[in-house]
Amino acid sequence: MSFELAMVEQLAGSTLRVSTPLLFAALAGLLCERAGVINIALEGLMLVGALAAAAAALQTGSPWAGAAGGAAAGAVLAALYALTVIRLRSNQIVAGTAMNMLAAGLTPFACKLLYGSSGATPSLELGARFGSAPIWLAWGLVLCCWAWLRFSVSGLWVRFAGENPEALDSAGISVNRVRWLAVLAGGALAGLGGASLSIFLSSSFSRNMTAGRGFMALAALIFGKWKPVPAAAACLLFGFADALQIRLQGVALWGDRPVPVQFIQILPYLVTILVLAGLVGKSRAPRALGLPFQRD
Amino acid sequence: MRALLQPVLAVALGLALGLLVTAVAGESPWRVLTILGQSAFGSPYDLGMTLFYATPLIFTGLAVALPLHAGLFNIGAEGQLTLGALAAAAVGALFPSVPWPLAPVLAVLAAFAAGALWGYIPGWLRARRGSHEVINTIMLNFVAAGLASYVTLYLLKNPESQNPETQAIGAGYVLSRLTWFGDAPLSTALFLALLAAFLVWAFLWKTVAGFESRAVGGNEAAARTAGIRERRARILAMTLAGGLAGLVGVGEVLGNAGRFRLGFSPDFGFIGIAVALLARGRASGVVAAALLFGALHKGTSDLDLETENVTRDLSLILQALVILSVSADGLWTWLRKRRAS
Repeated sequence: MSFELAMVEQLAGSTLRVSTPLLFAALAGLLCERAGVINIALEGLMLVGALAAAAAALQTGSPWAGAAGGAAAGAVLAALYALTVIRLRSNQIVAGTAMNMLAAGLTPFACKLLYGSSGATPSLELGARFGSAPIWLAWGLVLCCWAWLRFSVSGLWVRFAGENPEALDSAGISVNRVRWLAVLAGGALAGLGGASLSIFLSSSFSRNMTAGRGFMALAALIFGKWKPVPAAAACLLFGFADALQIRLQGVALWGDRPVPVQFIQILPYLVTILVLAGLVGKSRAPRALGLPFQRD
Repeated sequence: MRALLQPVLAVALGLALGLLVTAVAGESPWRVLTILGQSAFGSPYDLGMTLFYATPLIFTGLAVALPLHAGLFNIGAEGQLTLGALAAAAVGALFPSVPWPLAPVLAVLAAFAAGALWGYIPGWLRARRGSHEVINTIMLNFVAAGLASYVTLYLLKNPESQNPETQAIGAGYVLSRLTWFGDAPLSTALFLALLAAFLVWAFLWKTVAGFESRAVGGNEAAARTAGIRERRARILAMTLAGGLAGLVGVGEVLGNAGRFRLGFSPDFGFIGIAVALLARGRASGVVAAALLFGALHKGTSDLDLETENVTRDLSLILQALVILSVSADGLWTWLRKRRAS
């Protein structure tokens, strides 16, 4: 009995931990997409955030400086993304893919320059890592984001930039400025998500350490119908699947056959496809998502 | 003329920016460029490797380019090629005694069919359920990776190896190597890729179904008014695209490894996006762009050894910069306006 209880506790704890980077990244995607900008660059934004956070924490010995570094790096890459899709009107899918490639190439490149190895940064000491602060921060941000989008005037601007940019424009608010700010803030949030990978869940940056979490966050965002609280719940669900999958790896449940964890791994992506297709529930994207705004 | 000028300028811009990055790392850009050229074209073996990498990129470039004509974005070539390769390897491992001329044909069909299925699903979802093919293809990439991992580790595992790979295919399946290129694993799959490029061109410009695809991509409302079945055209475009990506498995499994190896593709599916964009959707352009990116992939692979600070990751940076420069619509209109005024 106590063994099972311990296992449930352990699983709940690791669910909370592994869903934290997803929460940050899903909020990042939510902010951009509710403002009308598709963000499939979450993966790349997280990756630069993870490296910058590890580097800043190594330099200063403080996890908070690390988090700030991660957020700043995410915002810098997001600025490049905003420049290409808002100012230069690049296709958002294309530019997002390019951002992911750029981050996947630049991070090992910079890691090699700084630390002599393209594989990983040196390990952080315990004091330079986070305890449980990112979990609280992430959930606090979920509530803030929900309240802000729902009750504040600037939150309304963001929603209008995604749903009805023409109306926002006639009200005298610059659609593209709102979108710029949303993408930058999203970049900082995704950078925090990356930071929580390198200085919270592990103790260093390593090559391609996001391993698809940016896309999983995107899936959670869609599964959560582009709304903060349901998206957070989706992150928790996908985080649980991830924690369960890690727990069951190599465990034999029946006979000597190990559990095929691959079926748990693909579950988040499968349910996202089903939800998006309206086969289970219904999820609708913001109306002006992906359309560049240009005054006639 | 402009159709050629813009890609060339974009590549030049991307390369220049990328070499600037190497200058930051303290390597002379000229030296890096020399290493890239030497490593990609310096010997028959190097040239063979460049062509070897170009082969899958022709397939994935076509897999992205064809749906572009129908107004669809296929981000799913990675998943499609994974399942195509897995299917070719499965057929080869499960029926090892099939004799030569029949065996490769069987494997090619299996690879095409598996990839086509993985293209049909997002095509159907887009046409019938209205859900965006970009999201669905991204999600299906992960589903394909999970399925391939399951099949490789549980159903077709090679018992003689610690590596995550399937059993070997039968001897009748193996494609012959092109012997002019030393030890480079370049096989006749290259000719299949060139044939595929020709067939895609012929499909798009010489068949009714191809015309319908282009019409749907050009102006959906007009196409519908003209009586074109736009759903059918969309599904067909994605299905063919998936099949094309699946054919990557032919070069890899029948021409190179003789089995399916988990993670064999260094993101060929995503590089295919760069190839198709640089080619502006043209089949002949895809072949040229695939050669360029194949050379880049081969060229950068020697940077780890030849330079102090620059790693093969430069290839990803260069690809990203080329994509950004070729797709920055606003940049090109701005340039055109300046020239006009």
